[in-house]
Amino acid sequence: MAGNIIEISDSSFEKEVLQSDVPVLVDFWAPWCGPCRAIAPVIEELSGEYSGKLKVAKCNVDDNPKTPSRFGIRAIPTLILFKGGSVSEQITGAVAKSQIASAIDKVVS
Amino acid sequence: MNDLFDIAIIGGGPAGLTAGLYAARARLKVILLERMGFGGQLLTYEKVDNYPGFPEGISAFGLSELISAQALRFGLLTRNAEVTGLEFEAPIKRVVLADGFIEAKTLILASGASPNKLGVKGETEFTGRGVSYCAVCDAPFYRNQEVAVVGGGDTAIEEAVYLTKFAGRVHVIHRRDRLRATQIIQEKAFQNDKIDFILSTVVKEIRGGSGGVEGLILEEVPGGRTSELAVSGVFVFVGIHPSTDYVPASLERDPLGFIRTNQEMATSVPGVFAAGDVRSKELRQIVTAVGDGATAAFNAGRYLEAHSL
Repeated sequence: MAGNIIEISDSSFEKEVLQSDVPVLVDFWAPWCGPCRAIAPVIEELSGEYSGKLKVAKCNVDDNPKTPSRFGIRAIPTLILFKGGSVSEQITGAVAKSQIASAIDKVVS
Repeated sequence: MNDLFDIAIIGGGPAGLTAGLYAARARLKVILLERMGFGGQLLTYEKVDNYPGFPEGISAFGLSELISAQALRFGLLTRNAEVTGLEFEAPIKRVVLADGFIEAKTLILASGASPNKLGVKGETEFTGRGVSYCAVCDAPFYRNQEVAVVGGGDTAIEEAVYLTKFAGRVHVIHRRDRLRATQIIQEKAFQNDKIDFILSTVVKEIRGGSGGVEGLILEEVPGGRTSELAVSGVFVFVGIHPSTDYVPASLERDPLGFIRTNQEMATSVPGVFAAGDVRSKELRQIVTAVGDGATAAFNAGRYLEAHSL
């Protein structure tokens, strides 16, 4: 829906996330997960508000099992902020927008 | 935004959306504020079997979509916003948002409730890495593994049954010597041979390593004998607490923090109503939440008339 959210897969993760020039927020989700749908509008808003400073990506854990397992994800929604190819912040569960924003503020300059 | 609303509804679960439906149909100037998507706690369930009108049951997400679509059909105005405070002493009440405020003549607090934590060592550390509060979200990560469910109420036992679709074995740990869940739910669990019950027992500690949860330290009550249980996941369903961080302390609550109302859903503050799980009451269900929502909207309308607001 929002123009600047990209879909990533196990195969594009390396290039789109780890090698990204800007910090990346990855939203690990699945269609069966209600809370994932609940935070979707919040993620969309944030992608607009941080446009240019942050890349926002969604990873469907159903279709892409390797990436979540690589980061030990056993709960969704999980949001991970990557900066310079490594994990800098991780949030589990549907949390308030302000909590996600303050995590983002720590990694964007 | 200097609009003055007749009613501001806080929370977009079944109670808030139904209040919105009734208020919109009464042609009141109403706004509903929700910080996430619509549905509230409904979104953490898989299926609803006790909401009348759906003889085969309905998916929880499907039901939340139907309820919101119905409210929106009558023109309910909604806004994605995080409420951080209320000012309700004056006749015109103010809802403080993360990015501004809105003003309304009446408020309906329908902000719901959130799951309680166990409050044991390891719980925070392993949240998302083996500790979960949402079986529907996380069960698929535990295919053929051994997991524990903590709690003995409807949610705990229903979720234990749901988990058996994925997990190899489910241990239900409950602090009392019998379950509290509705009979029909208990029967389903007793018939499921993947579930066993560890009663009169509490969790003392959640243990794990770099890969996440590895086991639990259990303690018998009374008696105090401790034991260890190897599980890779623990699902916690030990009740809920009201989501009322934004509500001033002057509003009357019960000892557990739920907002006290009368039968008209009126709180201790004139013009402020409450509906759904946030309210002090006996039975917290979708069907009672929607009843609360309708009642609150109706009485908010009456309050507006009586005070010529």
